[in-house]
Amino acid sequence: MSEPASVVSAAPPTIRAEKWTKKKILQAIVIYPLLLLTTCVTLGPFLWLLATALKTGDNVYAYPPQFIPNPITFQNFIDVFHIMPLWTYIGNTVYMTAMGVGLNLMLCTVTAYPLARLRFPGRNAIFFTMVSTMILPNAAGMIVNFLTIQSLGLYNTMLGVVLPSAISIFNVFLLRQAFITVPNDMDHSARIDGASEFRIFAQIIVPMIRPAIATVVIFDFMAFWNSLIWPVIVLDDRAHYPLGPALKYLNSTLAYNFPYIAAGTIISVIPIVLIFLVLQKQFINGMVGAVKG
Amino acid sequence: MFSNKLMRRQAGFAYLLLIPGCVLLLTFTFYPIVRGLPLAFTDYSVIDSTHWVGWDNFKRAFSDSTFGLALKHSLLYVLVVPVLQILSILMAVLVNNKLKFVHFFRVAYFVPVVTSMVAAAIAWKWVYEEQGILNFFLLKLHIVREPIVFMIETKLALLGVMIVTVWKGLGYYMMIYLAGLQSIPAELVESARIDGAGWWRTVRHITIPLLMPFVLLCSLISVMGAIHVFDEVFVMHGELGDPAYSTITTSVYSYKVAFKDFEFGYSATIGLLVSIIIMAISIVMFRYTRRGGLTYYE
Repeated sequence: MSEPASVVSAAPPTIRAEKWTKKKILQAIVIYPLLLLTTCVTLGPFLWLLATALKTGDNVYAYPPQFIPNPITFQNFIDVFHIMPLWTYIGNTVYMTAMGVGLNLMLCTVTAYPLARLRFPGRNAIFFTMVSTMILPNAAGMIVNFLTIQSLGLYNTMLGVVLPSAISIFNVFLLRQAFITVPNDMDHSARIDGASEFRIFAQIIVPMIRPAIATVVIFDFMAFWNSLIWPVIVLDDRAHYPLGPALKYLNSTLAYNFPYIAAGTIISVIPIVLIFLVLQKQFINGMVGAVKG
Repeated sequence: MFSNKLMRRQAGFAYLLLIPGCVLLLTFTFYPIVRGLPLAFTDYSVIDSTHWVGWDNFKRAFSDSTFGLALKHSLLYVLVVPVLQILSILMAVLVNNKLKFVHFFRVAYFVPVVTSMVAAAIAWKWVYEEQGILNFFLLKLHIVREPIVFMIETKLALLGVMIVTVWKGLGYYMMIYLAGLQSIPAELVESARIDGAGWWRTVRHITIPLLMPFVLLCSLISVMGAIHVFDEVFVMHGELGDPAYSTITTSVYSYKVAFKDFEFGYSATIGLLVSIIIMAISIVMFRYTRRGGLTYYE
C-alpha cells in the first residue's frame, strides 16, 4: 500500500508505469469493497435510524426490514415538534452551547496568555498547580460541584450547567502552547512603540493563534452540544433540558412510538454533522493534533 | 531592557487576566479535589445531618455486592481497548492510500465521533431490536439460529454496550493512527525495500515499531475512557444498569448512589476507590510505556 511507484527498479519506465497501474487496479479491487463495508458499519446505524424516521407507521416494525422507506414521509419530522417541545430543547441546547463556548473562549484565552507570554512572580507556581489537577484524582467532582452550584443558587439554571466547565485546563494548555510559538519580536516592538499591554494581547497576539482558537471552539462546541449527565443533575425542570437529556428520557417514555424518537434524534445530530462536514479539516487536525502535541 | 515600571505594569496586567479563570478553577476544579477526600469518610446526604464515619463507607463498599459487580464490569470493559485499537489500526491502513474518494471514507468513518452518545445509543438500541436489522443479517447469514436480544439477555447486555463504545471510537483512533502512519518517513520504507525487505518485514521492523508510541498513547486514553464508561450504559440501560444490574459500571453506580439514593458520602468513597485503581493501572502503563515504548522509538 505504501508508495509502490517510488521503488527504484532497473526496469525501463514504460514497464514500470504499467506495473504501477496494474498494482493500483488490484489495490482498488481489494480496497474499495472493504472501504464500503466499513462505511456500512460506521454509518449504518444512523442511516437505519434515518430510514426509520422516514417511514409510515406500519413499515416501521415490518419484518423483513424495509431498507429503503416506501413510501417516504416527512410527517414524523413535522409531528415530532407537536409530540415534544422540540423547539424548546433546541433553543436550550443552542443557548447552553453558545454560553459554554463563549465563556471558554474568553476565559481560556485570558488565562493562557499571561502563563505563556508575561513575566510575573508566581507564574510557574500557578502553572504547575494546574498541571497537578490533571494527575490528582477527582473522585467526587460531580457531587462537590453539585453542592457548590446549589449553594450559589444556580440549581436548575443554565448558568449552573455551564459554569463548572466554563474554563478547562486542557484548553488553557492548548492555547498556552500556541501563544508560546508566536515570535517574541511581535510584542517587543509593540511595547517599544508604547502599545498598552491589553492592546498587545487583544490586537496583536490573539489574532495570531486563530488555528488554536478554532480547535478550542470545535472541542467545546462538541462537548456542550453532546453533553448528557451534568445537565441532568443540575436541571430539575425537564423543560430546561437540552436535546441530549431530553431524548434520553423521551426514549424511555415514548418507546412505543419510535419513529418520533428517530426523527428527534436525527434532528439533534444534523447541526453537529453539518458543522463537521464544513470544518472537517479543522475538526480532524484539532482532535488528532491535540493528543499528539 | 525593560524598566521596573514596565515589569510591574506587566505583572499587574497578568494578575488581572488570571483572576476570573483562577476563581473558577479554584471553585470547580481544586475545591472538589480537596473536598472529595474528607467527604468519603462521612455519611453526608441531603436528608440527615452529617457524621464522620471513619472507614465505614470503605467497609460497606467491600461487602456491597452491587459495587463488586460494577467494578467487575468496569474492569471487564477494558476489553474494548485491544479490539478498538486493532480495528482502528486496520482502518488507518485501509484509508492510508491515494485512491480516489478515500477522503470521503475518512470523513464517513469520523461521523460517529462527532455525534452525541445519546444519538449513538438510541440508534444502536434500534439496531439491536429482536426484529431489528442486526438480527435480520445474523439470521440471513446463518451466524445465529435464534435472534439475539442484546438489550434483554443479561449475558449479552454488557457486550452490546461495548460494541457501541468500539463503534463510536473507531474513527477517532483511526485518525490518530493515520497521522502516525503518515509520519513514517517514506525513505525509511524505500531503503528497506532496496535492501530486499519484503512487505511483511517492512511492516514488522519499520511500521510497527514506529507506530508503537501511538498505540501506547491511544491505549492509555481508551483504558481511562473504558473504566469511566457512563453515557452508553446510562442511555441504553438506565441508572440501574438493566437488566438486573448486568450492565452497571462504577461510574453509573456512583451516580445512582449520589443522585438517586442521595448518599453523597458513600458515592465519594466509591469514586475514591475507583480513582485509586485507575492510578495504579496508569502507573503500570506509564512504566511500561517508558520502558517498552518511547525509548524504543528513540
